Amino acid sequence: MTQTATPQSGGGDVRLQGISKTYGSFTAVHPLDLTIPAASFFALLGASGCGKTTTLRMIAGLEDPTTGTVALGGQDVTALPPYKRHVNTVFQSYALFPHLDIFENVAFGLRRRGVKSVKKQVEEMLDLVQLGPMARRRPQQLSGGQQQRVAVARALINKPQVLLLDEPLGALDLKLRRQMQLELKRIQTEVGITFVHVTHDQEEAMTMADTVAVMNGGRVEQLGAPADLYENPATTFVANFLGTSNLIEAEVTGMGGEHLLLTAGGTTLRLPTRRCGAAPAARTGGKVLAGVRPEKMALIHADRADAVPEGHNRLPGRIKDASFIGVSTQYVIDAHALGELAVYEQNIERDGRLVPGAEVVLHWNPAHTFGLDAAQSPLAGTDLDEEAA
Amino acid sequence: MSTTEAPAPAPEEAAPLPVRRPPARKRLVPYWLLLPGILWLVVFFAAPLVYQASTSLQTGSLEDGFKVTWHFATYWDAFGTYWPQFVRSVLYAATATVLCLLLGYPLAYLIAFKAGRWRNLVMILVIAPFFTSFLIRTLAWKTILADGGAVVGLLNSLHVLDVTSWLGLTEGHRVLATPLAVVCGLTYNFLPFMVLPLYTSLERIDPRLHEAAGDLYARPATTFRRVTFPLSMPGVVAGTLLTFIPAAGDYINAELLGSTDQKMIGNVIQSQFLRVLDYPTAAALSFILMAAILAMVTVYIRKSGTEDLV
Repeated sequence: MTQTATPQSGGGDVRLQGISKTYGSFTAVHPLDLTIPAASFFALLGASGCGKTTTLRMIAGLEDPTTGTVALGGQDVTALPPYKRHVNTVFQSYALFPHLDIFENVAFGLRRRGVKSVKKQVEEMLDLVQLGPMARRRPQQLSGGQQQRVAVARALINKPQVLLLDEPLGALDLKLRRQMQLELKRIQTEVGITFVHVTHDQEEAMTMADTVAVMNGGRVEQLGAPADLYENPATTFVANFLGTSNLIEAEVTGMGGEHLLLTAGGTTLRLPTRRCGAAPAARTGGKVLAGVRPEKMALIHADRADAVPEGHNRLPGRIKDASFIGVSTQYVIDAHALGELAVYEQNIERDGRLVPGAEVVLHWNPAHTFGLDAAQSPLAGTDLDEEAA
Repeated sequence: MSTTEAPAPAPEEAAPLPVRRPPARKRLVPYWLLLPGILWLVVFFAAPLVYQASTSLQTGSLEDGFKVTWHFATYWDAFGTYWPQFVRSVLYAATATVLCLLLGYPLAYLIAFKAGRWRNLVMILVIAPFFTSFLIRTLAWKTILADGGAVVGLLNSLHVLDVTSWLGLTEGHRVLATPLAVVCGLTYNFLPFMVLPLYTSLERIDPRLHEAAGDLYARPATTFRRVTFPLSMPGVVAGTLLTFIPAAGDYINAELLGSTDQKMIGNVIQSQFLRVLDYPTAAALSFILMAAILAMVTVYIRKSGTEDLV
């Protein structure tokens, strides 16, 4: 057996250039340029069918790109079959070999590369994923969480340049999933290998990844650090898919210092000029979508409207629905001409009058407003993530 | 350990939980459902088996009638006389089984993984021969392999028959009435019995296991050797058994495609029953064949070690 894939210490970077994939007339991935820095934890986030898994499979070599190139650690691997790429995958269904025990499953990659003494390495790896005593069991005798850890061990033992994870936590229940997220993050920090993680769960992506690429319809909508994506979404899809956003259609009526003055439903709102990067029509007379996250808005009963801090944006409305979820209360506010808005209030000092039917004033610091291009649908990305909820 | 353990309650204190038994009528349902099958087995399997066992221990003649005399010597005599046919049956059947495996495995693999939308069509083609009688198909082979036929002509002009003659598989420039013809007939007739179980077990293999093996540095050939083939072992075992067992007892192929030198044990049993009318010998030979196959199959299943895979 030739040593086509030599183990290297640390991770390698992944460079995708103009990579695309079409099946007949269907384009799964539009030409895409992506650089994943070495030793980073990178997440491809999107709803099912957005092309994230296809992108991952092209990196693994399981799918041939229609156009473009894949480079790993500076080496073009586009033409190499999977068994010649120093990349390992944790499959969605784990794909453990049912005829081999846990030890042999983990040793599989080492044996194929002609490593003679595998015992010590396999035992160390099984200890890392806390499955030492299970070495002689068969995969079907293990629980879902244990199988998942075997799948990670089987891939990691080869010390790949890049570890690809294809929705590896999808089959686990919520509690185990949280635990495995932290576990994977710990392992990644420990071994320093580049992780590329595909998921439809925005919380999972934000918890684990250094960088998240949000994909939609075969394209990367936005790429950045989780907090940056959340605070500064560039499209309505990102604003709605990553958490929840209130998007208010407004007209730009003028400039006021560092703010744009907007009119929405007869009310004047202020939007910081520096947060209008994603709204090309943000000039007087143009239209923008003013976005605010629900947790950044506050509610106050209409009787106490004068207690709203000076300089805050304010909107009148009526409470349509309130659901108490422990840490916070989630309100749906009927903001008259502006439609329905969501507000999350922390349960610290609750005003007993804030019940459905009550007239209220919504207010928030203008600095928390972001501007988006009004040419897109304000509903993009809202109905896609019921799985991820 | 004993310090942390709560004191176990005395057995007398533990009141037995009231077990609610379903009514008798309900409990009997499974047995009623088994009844037709059991009756079938008794009438068409157990009874004939007992009858043949008693026949094998009888002595006498057709004119004077047969009586059970516990004459076990019939077994030794029958085996002593016909052991060459036994050996030949096992050899022919084993060769045909190996050929079926070599032909059937790639075919089943192709249908399971590569046929795509042609899968159903190819499956129908595999099963199509069953629409014609076994006898007719074997007779057709007699025509195909006939001395003046195209196949023999081609094999002669390619000097293939010189090689097979040298190997003792054929004699002179003909194929009919040679071991080659009988083995070919067996292979042809039992091929579907090999392909179908192989296909079933290959089709059950998750294609992602192939991807996983490739991802873990296994070349396609290694993937086959380490993943696909071991996982298809249940099909290999089932297919070889379904081919070997009927082939070892077959007499039609040897009858139609072979000569007296290619007689298999099935031909002997058939002629003892229907022509010589020596029922005890025929019954004894049947039991020896059954026991031999049972012994070989048991060893084979043990050796292939697939109990935990099936």
